[in-house]
Amino acid sequence: MDATRDIEELIALMARLPGLGPRSARRAVLHLLKKRDGQLLPLAQLLDRVGRSVRACLNCGNLSTGNICALCDSPKRATGVICVVEDVADLWAMERAQVFDGRYHVLGGTLSPLDDIGPDDLHIPKLRDRIAAEDVAEVILALNATVEGQTTAHYVASELAPTGVRVSSLAQGVPIGGELDYLDDGTLRAALTARKSF
Amino acid sequence: MTGGRVATLALSHFRSHRRTRLTFDGRPVAVHGPNGAGKTNLLEAVSLLSPGRGMRRAQAEEIIRRPEAIGWRIAAEVAGREVELRAEPGQPRTTRIDGKAAPQVGLARLARVLWLVPAMDRLWLEGAEGRRRFLDRMTLSFLPDHAEGVLAYEKAMRDRNRLLKDGVRDGRWYDALEVQMARHGAGIEARRRDALERLTAAQTKDGPFPAADLALIGPEEEVPETEAALLEAFGRSRPRDMAAGRTLVGPHRADLAGRYAAKDIEARLCSTGEQKALLISLILANARALRAETGQAPILLLDEVAAHLDADRRAALYEELLTLGGQAFLTGTGPELFAEFGPDAHHLSVTETGGESTVAEVST
Ligand SMILES: Nc1ncnc2c1ncn2[C@@H]1O[C@H](COP(=O)(O)OP(=O)(O)O)[C@@H](O)[C@H]1O
Ligand SMILES: [Mg+2]
Ligand SMILES: [Zn+2]
Repeated sequence: MDATRDIEELIALMARLPGLGPRSARRAVLHLLKKRDGQLLPLAQLLDRVGRSVRACLNCGNLSTGNICALCDSPKRATGVICVVEDVADLWAMERAQVFDGRYHVLGGTLSPLDDIGPDDLHIPKLRDRIAAEDVAEVILALNATVEGQTTAHYVASELAPTGVRVSSLAQGVPIGGELDYLDDGTLRAALTARKSF
Repeated sequence: MTGGRVATLALSHFRSHRRTRLTFDGRPVAVHGPNGAGKTNLLEAVSLLSPGRGMRRAQAEEIIRRPEAIGWRIAAEVAGREVELRAEPGQPRTTRIDGKAAPQVGLARLARVLWLVPAMDRLWLEGAEGRRRFLDRMTLSFLPDHAEGVLAYEKAMRDRNRLLKDGVRDGRWYDALEVQMARHGAGIEARRRDALERLTAAQTKDGPFPAADLALIGPEEEVPETEAALLEAFGRSRPRDMAAGRTLVGPHRADLAGRYAAKDIEARLCSTGEQKALLISLILANARALRAETGQAPILLLDEVAAHLDADRRAALYEELLTLGGQAFLTGTGPELFAEFGPDAHHLSVTETGGESTVAEVST
């Protein structure tokens, strides 16, 4: 009987994942149970390892196994330009498109009073510190073309104004209401190239 | 050509329609049947094929057919595309176009839908909101971008209102939101004015329906028009707005003023019949302007309009609808109301038994 309860709990947990519902969670769990050695156990081990080791990069907020992420650590990445994104999914979208070779800064959200997310919940002070510390000449605001994204872009730009750094934002290509994570590489490249002064 | 037209309509568990399947050609659709038969429900389903909550402004939940309450579905072929709308109990309504999930505003590009319903008989007498909605619906028909613009403006305003209610004093946060509101707000204003101009130009001076003089007015002062003026106005209004807990200036406060042009009196002072005639006149002007511009008249939903017209005006309306050549759906209690159409219309009769609507083709 215990086994049933554990499995039900597992299904309930899985069902809370984005894109999964109770039905698909049941199917996934059954599938894992059938592929115990090939999938279930490796997945469990990996989840455990990732759960213990992965955290936010202290510098940029990207996911990392150490204090500083591979991108911040890489000598191949250009310094002097920071691309500001809302979350890690958007950073991945930029990396997938291979359109940017500088460094990132993950804000960790967008301003949304209805969701109780205010300026103090975003990593803006750290961004301001990095301008001087990394000798940054330009900050590119790669935020969604949604109201939240653009409001946040405006807010960050005004917070950075005293530093004198050049602030630009993605231009055409990002449809109104468009989310970066859903754009194809070509659109993303066009938007980055045609970025405009904020 | 099926451009902008509803070619098929299938309703499943939609209000009184448990299962209704219809195929339309280009002719006006004249729907008759007793009170409560399910005629308006049919038109409402068509109204939902454009962005928004349709002509009853209904929540997805209330549309769900009782007593089963298992959720509803509308499947339609619109402008040659497969549109599917559905809602399960407790879930918001979803939109699919050609099998793919799509934002609701995407519907604005498939079909342009305008309506007149009995509740609008008091449009000129009641609050500004109804007139604003009427104007925005017409504006949307000319300029499909209006839907996104209005949504974006309202989203930014809801955020700003929350800051005002919470007494937040971070000026930069207000600045950032007001920049969005000014940008989208100026777009809203410009499109509304554009639509008014087109409507004014498309009204006929001596037709069977009276021309209206239209103007966009503010609640107290004029609503600022340009992005810069709006931005300035939002900033200036902050203390007042903070006290009120909401935004008191902007296009969301605009009103549509109408006058009966030939008599030069305000619409709200006209007789009930004249007020209705003004609305019909505007809808027809809207349809004419769209047809001139796009070659395609919008879909018109005229709920219980025929019954309130004298025989001459009714004939004139039908003639105009046939000339426009767009799709129109009309309702009325008896078939005699639509007799003038003869075989030029597609006649349907709706009846209700045990809470379930049945729609039958009527041959003429
Ligand atoms: N969610 C629902 N489930 C079942 N019946 C409904 C629902 N909503 C409305 N109805 C029924 O639909 C009928 C009204 O249909 P309507 O189309 O307005 O009538 P009419 O033919 O007069 O225009 C009423 O009898 C009402 O009870
Ligand atoms: Mg009715
Ligand atoms: Zn990093």
